[in-house]
Amino acid sequence: MTTTLQENEPLQIPAQREIIDQIINEQKKRPGAVMVILNELQNKIGFISEPMQAYVAKQLRTSIGSIHGVVTFYSFFTTQPRGKHTIKFCMGTACYVGGIPQLIDKAKQVTGVGLGETTPDRLLTLEACRCVGACSQAPVVTIDDEVIGRVRPNKFPQLVNKLRVNNAH
Amino acid sequence: MSFYRSHILVSVDPECLQRGAHAVLDALSDELVNQGLISEVQVLETSRIGDPAKHGPDIIVYPEGAHYINLSPEDIPLLVEEHFLKGRVVEKFLLQEKNIVDEELGPPKPKEVRVILRNCGKIDPHNIEEYIAEDGYQALAIALTEMVPWDVIDEVLNSGLRGRGGAGFPAARKWQLCRNVDDSPKYLTCNADEGDPGAFMNRRVLESDPHSVIEGMIIGAYAIGASYGYIYCRAEYPIAVRNLNIAIQQAREFGFLGENIFGTGFSFDLEVRMGAGAFVCGEETALIASIEGKRGEPRPRPPFPAVSGVWGKPTNNNNVETYAVVPQIILNGASWYAGMGTETSKGTKTFAVAGDVVHTGLIEVPLGITLRELIFDVGGGIKDGKEFKAVQIGGPMGGCLTAEHLDYKIDYESLIAAGAMMGSGGIIIMDEDTCMVDIARYFMDFTQDESCGKCTPCRIGTRRILEILERICEGKGEPDDIEKLEHLCREVQKNSLCGLGQGAPNPVISTLKLFRHEYEAHIFDKRCPAKVCRSLIDFEINAEVCTGCTVCARNCPVEAIEGERRQVHTIDADTCIRCGICAQVCNFNAVEVKS
Repeated sequence: MTTTLQENEPLQIPAQREIIDQIINEQKKRPGAVMVILNELQNKIGFISEPMQAYVAKQLRTSIGSIHGVVTFYSFFTTQPRGKHTIKFCMGTACYVGGIPQLIDKAKQVTGVGLGETTPDRLLTLEACRCVGACSQAPVVTIDDEVIGRVRPNKFPQLVNKLRVNNAH
Repeated sequence: MSFYRSHILVSVDPECLQRGAHAVLDALSDELVNQGLISEVQVLETSRIGDPAKHGPDIIVYPEGAHYINLSPEDIPLLVEEHFLKGRVVEKFLLQEKNIVDEELGPPKPKEVRVILRNCGKIDPHNIEEYIAEDGYQALAIALTEMVPWDVIDEVLNSGLRGRGGAGFPAARKWQLCRNVDDSPKYLTCNADEGDPGAFMNRRVLESDPHSVIEGMIIGAYAIGASYGYIYCRAEYPIAVRNLNIAIQQAREFGFLGENIFGTGFSFDLEVRMGAGAFVCGEETALIASIEGKRGEPRPRPPFPAVSGVWGKPTNNNNVETYAVVPQIILNGASWYAGMGTETSKGTKTFAVAGDVVHTGLIEVPLGITLRELIFDVGGGIKDGKEFKAVQIGGPMGGCLTAEHLDYKIDYESLIAAGAMMGSGGIIIMDEDTCMVDIARYFMDFTQDESCGKCTPCRIGTRRILEILERICEGKGEPDDIEKLEHLCREVQKNSLCGLGQGAPNPVISTLKLFRHEYEAHIFDKRCPAKVCRSLIDFEINAEVCTGCTVCARNCPVEAIEGERRQVHTIDADTCIRCGICAQVCNFNAVEVKS
């Protein structure tokens, strides 16, 4: 595992460094703190870079390997920065039967990127996700924290355009 | 204390005040005095009711619940005369809003009995007092002050309550085991890692009635002698986590959690731990590892968590629904609960019904209801008048039931005998347009992806099964594929470490048993009877129906559709990726699928 610091590394940005330290200091005394800390880092920083993992390991006096093992085990933790907005496609059974595969095809056409990828302008990241439990509104996508139900392929471009327009302003 | 026939709540939100709420308030009081109504109608100030920026100043009149908006002092005489003297709601000032429909729950459907869902949608989950008003925390008081822990265990044992997480182990037996272990401290965990696709019963209870789960956990903790608890909730449910945290805080303020509860000397507290998107963490030993901050990998049992769980200490783990029903059992008695259900499966169970049925959403029915009643009475039958084909029950570890099982009772034993299982209660109803090989492939894709990788049979076995299924769906199936599948499924089932691997082959085994002919059609005839598998179908536009509206061409992601406006369109089969968007968007049903 390399620990060379890249551009945009949160540890290098004072404001983000402060958040990271605050999270670690607040939580590190709790039993089983690793999951709590990683969850908060993912939420507030948006990803957990390799230098961040090494930093957490040092602060908790544990091995980098054990932290890296936890980060890579859980699908919610990402090691790369995401786009400004994340569009997730629910892969639950009702959504799958209700047309999510078609919607993903449409999304690839509209955004030019596939699942797990981020648009070159860093605005959008597309992801598949596990059932969000809104099955009665299948097919469902989530844009950041908002759940949007009954999304038909021909309505999808409007969703993306709205994000693009909001971003331009 | 005076009694009033009506109450007026006036919003004195800062924004409403700025827009003249005080003048409205004064005008109301004056007018009520003038009309001699001041002893019958009470005026109260309250915080914001609606959207002050849009509707202020606004008032709500009870008991009608009429929400009058954008009021000015000049409106008040008319309002008071009409509403309070003549008893007519004044439409002119009324907030005109679409009825908010609870799509998940709605009013009870025929044959429903709501015990666990009784408060959902009825009470404000952010206000503990509303839960208390519905007999909340009364069971806790009874348990702590009138019963010894063994009484509580006996009561739950006599009720026949079985764990609602899927396996159906008698809840109180687990409690007994944990109670009897001579070690401390003891822990209580609540499995809120509802990962089955299509299951959302627990989410709804956690979001809408979090106190019922908390109360059940405190009673459980008292019964087994636990001092601390964890609710392990999946990260996909942020609203549930938020509502739980609010509820826990309020329960602490009211003295239901913390030191010396009700002055009985019993102390218990709990916290929410969030998962991070790993399905296997629903397995109890994996869940415990995750709470401890480790990779959520299961471990062999014994030792069972009742002996060695969180931090190596005795731990009792039940799911959301099991805890939520405990206060009701204490309150209404074991015999009331045991009066519902069948000989071996007592009480009610919530199910999340999805798929091709008229009423999708959450239901709660007594166990022992037949599949036919569930689909046709509670669910309202199959959508669009189509034919019922199969129901998938028990999630990715469950199996399918078909028309021949329609009169089977839904209880733990019957479902297992029929090759399915209760699971956490996800039910997906499928009509004639569903390809069963594709469904098996879908579930195997899920379990293969969620396999934690610790044991080889599950890690590699699920991968190989998936590869064969993918090959069959692509029309590249080989003659001995069915035998290979059967062999692999047996091995994975027999040799996997935890329930995920042991159950993973179930959807394949079940569909192979019931729909073998569909597998054979894919393998030997290279045909998908339900016209779903992309490699085995073609899309064509019916020239007699096509109006040339261009909708399909505009929505095609690969520009495979050609045609002038008002002219019949055609699909280029070589470019077409068989996504089916054209068929979905066509308003004239002109796109046909051929296999």
